Amino acid sequence: MTASISELQKWEERIRELVHKFGLKCYPQEFEICDHNEMIGYMAYSGMPSHYAHWSYGKSYERQKTMYDYGVSGLPYEMVINSDPCVAYLMRDNTLLLQILTIAHVYGHNDFFANNFTFTSGTDARYTLEMFKNHGARIDSYIEDPSIGIELVEEAIDHAHAIQFQQSRNLAIKRLDIDSQRMRKWEKAQAPDDPYWEIHPKREYVAPELNKLPLEPEDNILSFIAEHNPYLPAWKRDVLRIVEAQTKYFIPQMETKIMNEGWASFWHYRIMNELALDQGLHLEFIVRHNQVLRPHPGSINPYHLGFVMWQDIERRWNEGRTGREYTDDSKSGATPGMEENDTPGRKKIFEVRESDRDTSFLRRFLTVDIMRELELFQHEKRGQDRVITKVSDEENWAEVKETLIKNVGTGSIPVIKIEDADFGSQRTLYLRHYHDGRDLLLEYAEHTLKHAKALWEREVVLETVLNSKRSLLKLAGDSLKVERL
Amino acid sequence: MSTIFRPYTPTSQRSDRSARDRLRHRQKIKETIRNNIGDILAEESIIGRDKDKIIKIPIRSIKEYRFIYGENSPGVAQGDGKQKPGDVVQKGSPGEQGVGQGGGDQPGVDAIETDVTLEELIAIMFDDLELPELEKKALRQVVSDDARKRKGLRHAGIRPRLDKKATAKNRIRRKLAVTGARGINFEEDEQRFPFHKDDMRYHHVVPTTREVSNAVIFCIMDTSGSMGTTKKYLARSFYFLLYQFVRQKYQNVEVVFIAHHTEAKEVTEEEFFHKVESGGTYISSGYRRALEIIEARYHPSLWNIYAFHCSDGDNFYSDNEKAVQAADELCKVCNLFGYGEIKPSGSAYYSGSMLEVFGQIKHENFQMVVIERKEDLWPSFKSFLTRDRSNSPVTGKEGATSEGATSATP
Repeated sequence: MTASISELQKWEERIRELVHKFGLKCYPQEFEICDHNEMIGYMAYSGMPSHYAHWSYGKSYERQKTMYDYGVSGLPYEMVINSDPCVAYLMRDNTLLLQILTIAHVYGHNDFFANNFTFTSGTDARYTLEMFKNHGARIDSYIEDPSIGIELVEEAIDHAHAIQFQQSRNLAIKRLDIDSQRMRKWEKAQAPDDPYWEIHPKREYVAPELNKLPLEPEDNILSFIAEHNPYLPAWKRDVLRIVEAQTKYFIPQMETKIMNEGWASFWHYRIMNELALDQGLHLEFIVRHNQVLRPHPGSINPYHLGFVMWQDIERRWNEGRTGREYTDDSKSGATPGMEENDTPGRKKIFEVRESDRDTSFLRRFLTVDIMRELELFQHEKRGQDRVITKVSDEENWAEVKETLIKNVGTGSIPVIKIEDADFGSQRTLYLRHYHDGRDLLLEYAEHTLKHAKALWEREVVLETVLNSKRSLLKLAGDSLKVERL
Repeated sequence: MSTIFRPYTPTSQRSDRSARDRLRHRQKIKETIRNNIGDILAEESIIGRDKDKIIKIPIRSIKEYRFIYGENSPGVAQGDGKQKPGDVVQKGSPGEQGVGQGGGDQPGVDAIETDVTLEELIAIMFDDLELPELEKKALRQVVSDDARKRKGLRHAGIRPRLDKKATAKNRIRRKLAVTGARGINFEEDEQRFPFHKDDMRYHHVVPTTREVSNAVIFCIMDTSGSMGTTKKYLARSFYFLLYQFVRQKYQNVEVVFIAHHTEAKEVTEEEFFHKVESGGTYISSGYRRALEIIEARYHPSLWNIYAFHCSDGDNFYSDNEKAVQAADELCKVCNLFGYGEIKPSGSAYYSGSMLEVFGQIKHENFQMVVIERKEDLWPSFKSFLTRDRSNSPVTGKEGATSEGATSATP
């Protein structure tokens, strides 16, 4: 049963009214109807029809398609692009109810894109589509250039993809320009203001090294290489910058997966209940809603976790059970008869959806009660198997929570920064892994180093910790050499 | 302002965005297959398959490397309340949950399956052999007497070879010339314009050579007690490759299976690979049997003959002389005669070897290979076929020329 466009429009209007009533502040919304093959395509290209070309997207397409064909995994009901106007794809073959549900869900995402700080500070939604189109066209022009060609371009993108996530994660933190960095370093080297300087021994002045490259550890490896490898041809430099810019676009989505999906689910639930669907549709809604939000034992369903947390925040603030976070002393909890939008709970969730990302969201609002409700546990490798080591009980819940926070968003990507671009006066690129208890996978580290080396065109070494020992990973010919430090 | 709904456009009307990237990915996979063709061909699932069957070969998906955490990184997951510390969750890593989608945290997916037909695989494998050169050498050119081919036209000839088209063309040409020169309009005057002797053209036919496309493969195997399952498997794999190769070249391929211990007999494929016999080994018996069969059924002037013998080299000492002699005779009638000594690791240096004995054979088309593991199969097979026979007259004494290092003869 496929729904006609006019029917969809009718429902969409009703949904949009509710969206306004609830005070969601969205970008204008556009919908596009597609079939399942196109949906697979959009998934492979993260929703961007004009994404630049690379074989890895072909691989991702084939994988999605195989999984879909064999019924291993279904397709998402919807796909939303963070842009202004916001674009969403609806699958043609979905039932009317699914379309309604999807439209409501899409508005949740739309509001989140338009207001959450990771998106508003890190991306410019107005130019999203143009940026992708422009990047795609530039890559195509290099591919078609007879002096470059697809092989070289692909190779450059292969290398760039290997280190694409090695960049700053919180895009709201602005980078200092080089002069301010110098200033800061110089100020740091000056003697602190000491009222008792007369009786203290005089400290020796160490002149700060102001010409070191990079001055402060640098986490944007791609742009650093683009800027500081003088031998890169202009087109390659451009490829690196393109890959970096596109990755930057996706970082907010990685950083807010739980919040974003939870928020959209929270609102579709709210809106669907308000729509007063007839019984048949309502029953189907309950079924679909539970399918999407069911817990996934053995892993974590971000829809479920997010949804539960948003509901919990609203309820607790309305009941005045806000614990440490409770700062607003004027009202405690909602008073009966209050306008829904004015309740402290509602206000709180709007505030949180603007100011947090998954790590802070979990840290501030994941209570031990929710952890128990979801039966969260921690597992670790013991010998061959992964074994449950901790459950959310009195002693261990805090640690389980800490582990979860480490694993969300970009937390699953090791922090690696450039410490020195002229290590040993050999123009060797010295990378340091900021170890937090998790070791790197050596096979992957080796190949990634090779990719980095191919771009830097000189030696690249990586300092890390392996089995609690400080080590330096070096490439010696074709293999990896590990030196203890 | 109302929200925009863009209606569905059928796929046929849009460009297929991912087509190029899919193609590139396929090409990359083909490349991987090509690079690992040796390993793939040695897979048990492939040996002995039907040529049109689609086989699924697991190949490692093309990895996209990034810095990722290793195995000591803990994960968090949701349970159903029954979990307690110490329970084993999984042998994989459920730690990479849905969070961080798009992130570089999926080392799990390792192998993907690709569908190829055996035919395609074999095509790839012969690409790998750089065949054109080899083709000429491995094939025997047999002049068959009754082969003829047309070559040009002649004014004189016998009636059945009349080229009607050329003849008719000549007549038209002459007619136009006559019309122009004399001003006669044949259509209007209803005059006849018959064929003339000068119009006639006949095909000229010359005798030619034709390659005979009959081939027979003699699979000779030592089935004495010392040939265990592993050895038989290796032998079988080698015969399989040989069969595929020969089948590629000839329309009509027959296979003869000869099993021998101290005596040899012709057997069916089933018996050949599965029957275990005991007893000692007279290699010469197998060769004699092959020679007899060749004499009776496959005359060398009509058949391309390939013979390959697999053994673990444990021959009775007294038989060596006879074996060499028989092998020598076989070389004279065969396109290619090979001896493969199968020495799965461990057994290698304790038992006897025929390599030295056969080293005396000085025929160009005689080859020896040593197969120790299934990984050796492809290199051995390659060296078996690609040895440049024209440049190394004393084949048996030369080292391997290709990368099949393990196939070097002593």
